[in-house]
Amino acid sequence: MENRIVKDENDRVDGVYKVTGKAKYFAEYELPGLTYGVLVTSTVTKGKITTLDTKAAEKAPGVLAVISHLNKPSAPGYEQEGGSPFKICYTDKIFFNGQPIAIVVANTFERATYAASLVKATYAKEDFNTDFEKAIADSKAKKLQGQPDYKRGVENAYKTAEVKIEAKYHLPIETHNPMELHGIIADWRPNNQVTVYAKTQGVKATQGTIANVFKIPIENIQVNSEFVGGGFGMALRTWPLEIATVMASKHLGKPVKLVITRMQMFTMVGNRPAAVQTIGLGASKDGKLTGITHRAFGETSAYENFTEGVVNMAKFMYQCDNVNTQYTVVPVDLGVPIWMRGPGEATGAFALESAIDEMAHALDMDPLEFRIKNDPERDQQRDKPFSDKNIKEAYKIGAQKIGWNERKNKPGSLVEGQSKTGFGVSIGVFNANRGRASVKGILKADGSLVLQSATSDIGPGTGTGMTLIASKITGIPVGKITFELGDSSLPPAPSQGGSATLSTVGSAVNDVCVSLKSTIAELAANSNMDATSNFVDVLKKNNLPSIEVTKQSSAGKEREEYSMYSFSIHFVKVKVHSLTGVVKVDKIVSVGDSGTIVSPKTARSQMVGGAVGGVGMALTEESVIDHRYGRYINNNFADYHVPVNADIPEIEVHFINKPDPYINPMGAKGMGEIALIGFSAAVANAVFNATGKRIRTLPITPDKILSSS
Amino acid sequence: MINFQYLRTTSTKSALSLLTKDKNSKFLAGGTNLIDLMKRGVTAPEKLIDINHVPLKQIELVGDKIIIGALASNTAVAENALVKEKLPLLSMALNAGASAQLRNVATVGGNMMQRTRCGYFYDTEMPCNKRQPGSGCGAIGGFNRMHAIFGTSDKCIAVHPSDMCVALVALDAVAVLTSAKGERKVLFKDFHRLAGDTPQLDNNLKSDEMIIRLEIPLNNLAKNSNYLKVRDRASYAFALVSVAAALEISNNRISDVRLAMGGVAHKPWRLTASENFLKGKEPSFENFEQAAKLAMTDAKGFGENDFKLQMAPNTIIEALTVAKSKA
Repeated sequence: MENRIVKDENDRVDGVYKVTGKAKYFAEYELPGLTYGVLVTSTVTKGKITTLDTKAAEKAPGVLAVISHLNKPSAPGYEQEGGSPFKICYTDKIFFNGQPIAIVVANTFERATYAASLVKATYAKEDFNTDFEKAIADSKAKKLQGQPDYKRGVENAYKTAEVKIEAKYHLPIETHNPMELHGIIADWRPNNQVTVYAKTQGVKATQGTIANVFKIPIENIQVNSEFVGGGFGMALRTWPLEIATVMASKHLGKPVKLVITRMQMFTMVGNRPAAVQTIGLGASKDGKLTGITHRAFGETSAYENFTEGVVNMAKFMYQCDNVNTQYTVVPVDLGVPIWMRGPGEATGAFALESAIDEMAHALDMDPLEFRIKNDPERDQQRDKPFSDKNIKEAYKIGAQKIGWNERKNKPGSLVEGQSKTGFGVSIGVFNANRGRASVKGILKADGSLVLQSATSDIGPGTGTGMTLIASKITGIPVGKITFELGDSSLPPAPSQGGSATLSTVGSAVNDVCVSLKSTIAELAANSNMDATSNFVDVLKKNNLPSIEVTKQSSAGKEREEYSMYSFSIHFVKVKVHSLTGVVKVDKIVSVGDSGTIVSPKTARSQMVGGAVGGVGMALTEESVIDHRYGRYINNNFADYHVPVNADIPEIEVHFINKPDPYINPMGAKGMGEIALIGFSAAVANAVFNATGKRIRTLPITPDKILSSS
Repeated sequence: MINFQYLRTTSTKSALSLLTKDKNSKFLAGGTNLIDLMKRGVTAPEKLIDINHVPLKQIELVGDKIIIGALASNTAVAENALVKEKLPLLSMALNAGASAQLRNVATVGGNMMQRTRCGYFYDTEMPCNKRQPGSGCGAIGGFNRMHAIFGTSDKCIAVHPSDMCVALVALDAVAVLTSAKGERKVLFKDFHRLAGDTPQLDNNLKSDEMIIRLEIPLNNLAKNSNYLKVRDRASYAFALVSVAAALEISNNRISDVRLAMGGVAHKPWRLTASENFLKGKEPSFENFEQAAKLAMTDAKGFGENDFKLQMAPNTIIEALTVAKSKA
């Protein structure tokens, strides 16, 4: 990226590009001879395609091809046994309503759209079920273990505790709905050379998937994805629709662009799966947890299994000798889910953190005090010390900033006319990961440093963070450092997910910079220069236009010795209207405990974004299906309610900002997930504190407030 | 693509003549709803007659009426000084609708003509008597959280989505329509229809007619007016329930009152019985409660929207209470 304008060293390196429209997203690439794909989708939920009439579409103006299972272009990987049965254009089976069954390619988008409407399918329909809660209740419905059962101490110890609570929590399907629609541009050229412009959280993963399906050498495939307009997890896999586009390009020998519709975003690129969870908590009268039981059902699809970490948090977050968990996934006839920000941990935290609040209430304790009382010194699940954990300090900061001392423990105490005020708190936690990544550094005699890695930046500010790490080590101003990403030809890095990029790629950046620095020092020494000489002078003296180094970096033994997590505390103040049931979030304070904060501005933005996503999860977002038809009803931005500015109050973000001594050279842990995890419970807890109404089904819409006693 | 003709006209007369020349033609004003309907395949006009250049954007006081041209934008009306002063209820209702971007292009006439936001109406794979008479009603027995509780039929339980129209029905607005035969005036309460056996018809505008303006009589309700919209998010969401409330209070008695609801019926729902009850009474919480109760006499829920049976009267009480408290 050139011509960056950085006024403040902490500014987002691509900020100006994004707000001026210079940042180029996948759909904006203009290739010579570009053609346009539009998907034809199933209008039934389960069964088999009996006929597919493509004649009218093929004759429509501008149409170049209609690709379906009838004329499947060669994809050797799909001809092999195994894998998902949903092999696009290689199966006549219908697994969910809205499933792509053909792709129509034309010379304009409008013509392709029209021609797609002319493709007529008939089906042999089969009975289906899209209702997750109905499947849970149906003893004959298939259920699968999502994770091995966990037990520490006595099972269901809560049942015999001095004080116990048991409650059931429901989460609906949530749809990621990033602003940018999903899709891909595929350009299959002679000799099986393929270039794609993708919306992906992992260029190497996309490259690998295409190589696997089409059985061509990985070096033949170039994946570009410099800018991504939001992912939240939905771009963590290469979806069948992308494969169909590559197939179409291969078939036609022309570049093909596919951008799906907002409606299609609901059916074919994953979702946060619905969940039903039961939590049992037991405590002594003086407020020590004596038993935690967390049982969860998660939605999955009938054709592919999906599991996530719904019950993880219960195993270590609180000091408790008796813990048991169970996670069961229940297949329904919908598109397969995928991780959505915070993933399963956010789902689990809603239940656990609501239950903790319920227990504090049962004990007549301040929920903050109850949490502090049960804060573990050691990870009981892994039987290891935490590498770094400052929760008590975070509680203190957050409580002071939200005005926790105004809170009354008795619900419904703060009333002004019809408005009731309440305060809620919750905790979020996510594994502090560190994977393996390679970074190449090129230090140039013109005073600049270029860093390269095939990682992604879906918005958190990866380029900014990496630049700051490099600047800190090398002393080179951020304006002279460029971090290149989103290109599969660069040194390999994992997909951007699980809050691991800063830790993983940042460590490699660290190693590269340390190495470059020592090379310069050596060169200086060898050419009788002062050890503190500027690298530009050293390079010039040695007649070197540049030096470069590539480093691979990964975690070491420290992960065996310590339990590593990032933590967050969310404080929320709400006002609930007694007559209308409207919940207005009045103030938010989120405190992040995730080691060193490398990039203060983008870290803050992450926390703000997580809070906004959390407000959506808590109050507004729900993907509604009519189970009689298996079709989504509110599949558009007018009816699927992502919070708007008017829903969001002042958000204060604070960080502990102390290095984790063990995680990586920066002492920095990821924080994309913890920004959201637990947040929805803080809202629900605040609503309870305001009204005495415990809403255990998200989202907390006005009708639920009015209907709840 | 599905081709259609785009025509542009600058006069009412030529607009009407273009309209009547071809049965499958439609006026295009802001297009904020029509274009969506075309994209979804709900409607496919062969001719779009762009009327944005017809000079119908006036907002003016004529005698004891405020006249608003059919093509005045929602923003222009909501932000107009005369409207804000004399008809604040209308301004509030407009600003409660859609988003700023939509209000900038949406027009008064278009707002009146917008179709329901029922999900079954928009999905051509679903049954909907409004879109395709005789195909059934998906919302009955389906997702009907947003749907009507008043004046429903077994054919359709959709609601009219407008906020503006709720204020207009409360303000005794008159819609002026024109055709080759000349102008006619329709009371706003008679402009929209109940679904009955013909849910495909949203209103009583004839196929050869055009909305040209509104006439809104002046009143003494400006001071104590309030539009309260209860919705799932604070902006850009359709009403679960909305209430237009306006009071004229003299000597602690209600001398005039207007009440109408949105999000509860196939048309903006005027609460005449409640108004009659309140007239001459003290503006007390107890009387507001009674009025709210009266409003609900014929209400009926369909399952997911049962909460409206409680939310609606609550919102009436709150809307009246806030209206009264305005100084």
